[in-house]
Amino acid sequence: MTGELGQLALCFALALSLVMAVAGLIGTRTEANAARRVATSSALGFLVFVVLAFAALTYAFVTSDFSVALVAGHSHTLKPLVYKISGVWGNHEGSMLLWVLVLALYAGMVAFLQRGGERLTSGALGVQGLLAAAFILFILFTSNPFLRLDPAPFEGAGLTPLLQDPGLAMHPPMLYAGYVGLSASFSYAAAALLVGEAGWARAARPFMLIAWIALTSGIALGSWWAYYELGWGGFWGWDPVENASLMPWLIATALLHSALATEKSGAFRTWTLLLAIAGFSMSLIGTFLVRSGVLSSVHAFASDPTRGFFIMVLIALAIGGALALFAWRAPTLQGGAAFEPASRETALLLNNVFLVAACACVFAGTLYPLILDALNGTKITVGPPYYAITFAPIFFALLLLVPFGPQLGWKRGDLKAAWHSLYPALGLAAIAAIAVLAIVAPRTIAATGAFAVAAWLIGASIIDVRKRKGARASAFAAALAHAGLGITLMGVAGTTAWRSEAITVAAPGQSFTVGPYTLRFDGVSRVKGPNYIADRAHIVVMNDGKPGAVLQPEHRLYPAEGQDMSDTAIRTTGLRDLYLALGDERDDGRFALRAYVSPLAPLIWIGGLLMALGGMLSLWGRLRAPAREPTAPAVVQAAE
Amino acid sequence: MNAKKKRRLAFAAALVAVGAMLAVLIRFGLGQNIMYFHSPAEVAAGEVGEGVAFRLGGLVEKGSVSHGAGAEVKFRVTDGKGSVPAQFVGVLPALFREEQGVVATGAMDAHGNFIASEVLAKHDEKYMPPEVVAALKKSGRWKEGAE
Repeated sequence: MTGELGQLALCFALALSLVMAVAGLIGTRTEANAARRVATSSALGFLVFVVLAFAALTYAFVTSDFSVALVAGHSHTLKPLVYKISGVWGNHEGSMLLWVLVLALYAGMVAFLQRGGERLTSGALGVQGLLAAAFILFILFTSNPFLRLDPAPFEGAGLTPLLQDPGLAMHPPMLYAGYVGLSASFSYAAAALLVGEAGWARAARPFMLIAWIALTSGIALGSWWAYYELGWGGFWGWDPVENASLMPWLIATALLHSALATEKSGAFRTWTLLLAIAGFSMSLIGTFLVRSGVLSSVHAFASDPTRGFFIMVLIALAIGGALALFAWRAPTLQGGAAFEPASRETALLLNNVFLVAACACVFAGTLYPLILDALNGTKITVGPPYYAITFAPIFFALLLLVPFGPQLGWKRGDLKAAWHSLYPALGLAAIAAIAVLAIVAPRTIAATGAFAVAAWLIGASIIDVRKRKGARASAFAAALAHAGLGITLMGVAGTTAWRSEAITVAAPGQSFTVGPYTLRFDGVSRVKGPNYIADRAHIVVMNDGKPGAVLQPEHRLYPAEGQDMSDTAIRTTGLRDLYLALGDERDDGRFALRAYVSPLAPLIWIGGLLMALGGMLSLWGRLRAPAREPTAPAVVQAAE
Repeated sequence: MNAKKKRRLAFAAALVAVGAMLAVLIRFGLGQNIMYFHSPAEVAAGEVGEGVAFRLGGLVEKGSVSHGAGAEVKFRVTDGKGSVPAQFVGVLPALFREEQGVVATGAMDAHGNFIASEVLAKHDEKYMPPEVVAALKKSGRWKEGAE
């Protein structure tokens, strides 16, 4: 029954999303008060029905209702409850339903918060309704999660063990909250073009922030998962699927900065609109890359060509439509306000140039192999070296400039004063570079440079915080996020430059060393997990010949799925990880073992967390501030 | 020319300059750093030069896996038409099996051995790397629905 209820709820949601689209768009006309009320209430109704549909599918997964084909194909009675729930989005159909759920949540928030003028909000709801209708149609026609199986099997096929992990249970919802969150900025931008309202940047700000926080956390979670789960200790591989999440993040970051300028000083009006469109376009392209099966990856669930085609048409309509609207309406909007070369606007402009250029590099590297394959069937991959010579220098240049922004005033800044106030940060950077050269071996230019830049960022953040002493908490958001960037950079540089690795084949009782550690392999025992059987290795960290901590990496077999998985063991001091993975057993009873010592690895994710916290601080300040511009514009006050 | 027009022109010029620089950088980056995929048949036909990094994909040949001293592993990658001896030092992925799909990154040495620096096995039962499927289809070893 729940399957049919879910399907019915989804059909109602489709109808309501269409009502929302039509009423919302009509509501952009000045006198259409009734249409605006309809748009608002249908948005909330739409949310209710999507929640019901999602709840129905979740219920089918939790109760292991194998008469639902999706549950039979992706779940198992023996699976722990948390993975029964995460199994809902651990497949193509369910993940698309999650996508629509997130879209509905944002539509609900837009309707509930009513930020910006009423015509603007109504237009945003209209566009959100169009997107929702398109995606629900996609689900109903190509990816229906509620299809039945008759007769129902007694047992399900299980979920890929790789996905049975707490990090990965949370990763897709986070990432989707970011991806789809950009739809709110997109809808507001399209609505602003329709009604010609300039105040949209302020109205859409909280949605941009929520999307950015979620994207940042989602990417950090995914990278952390790859680090501990895949067994080779890597945190970023420039895999097309990773790039698909990085591209929207880069554009969203650019959007956050440019929208700030638009809101505070009226600069970059049309550019910010274009970025809002580009941000969600990147999300859509990312979805296409990941969901259409054109990529070979653990993320690519579907390889059904009709789905790929449907998503491609959907993307073409959404992006093409938005760009056409932009080309038609943007010239009629008020142009951006002027500013001096030495001003915060210039700093933000450079920020945008570098971020968009970095995104273009990632875009080219990700799509070039696909284009080449489509043209003549040549199969190539673009690996990390490409990103090292294109993305890395651009991002590095961006980081060098970051500290100037907060030190410069709007409209007209004082570059000399900004430079003087940053002297201590420059000193800190020099100290960091010298310290790295003096203390750590091997010496590398890249790592030394990275630490200098990290110290420069963190030092500048401290200066910024001191300058703003006594201000509201949200004034420190930028400093926190920029410092987080520096901390992540230290983690990346530290692990990349100074990681030690040991690969050994050991018999029980044998010892081996990795980095500063001596480890004793005490053999392997068989243990039984809830839905797997594992070979658990016992490896003792030796301190001056005395046994210390025990690490237990595992090699698991999931009988339901018929798959093997290795489960790493990591012991961290907060500044350094000892990382162990258990390999295969040899005929003579010895085991292959892989050990890494990754200095500063935890900083990668601590930095990510700080960035997300910076975003949250800003969001908190925003939600307390009035949603519309104060009657006397801030610009005039600043000029007085 | 008024100030607004001048500003627009300067902006357009800057945009073109930045775009051109970026295009050159990307073109240069792609020219240097792409890695081709080759099937065992192509390698056996001598299409791949010594020392050139590429990705090799196919099935792990039955009975070909042997362990050397330490963590060294030898195996052969086949697509039915060609078979290439491969060497790898390290821990193989948990899903590495005989007669299963594998994609390895590395280069050929002077003796016709593929020296792998990285070995990826397929992620699960249902999944086969698309390049391997294409290579098997090309050599006629691919059975539709046999996945």
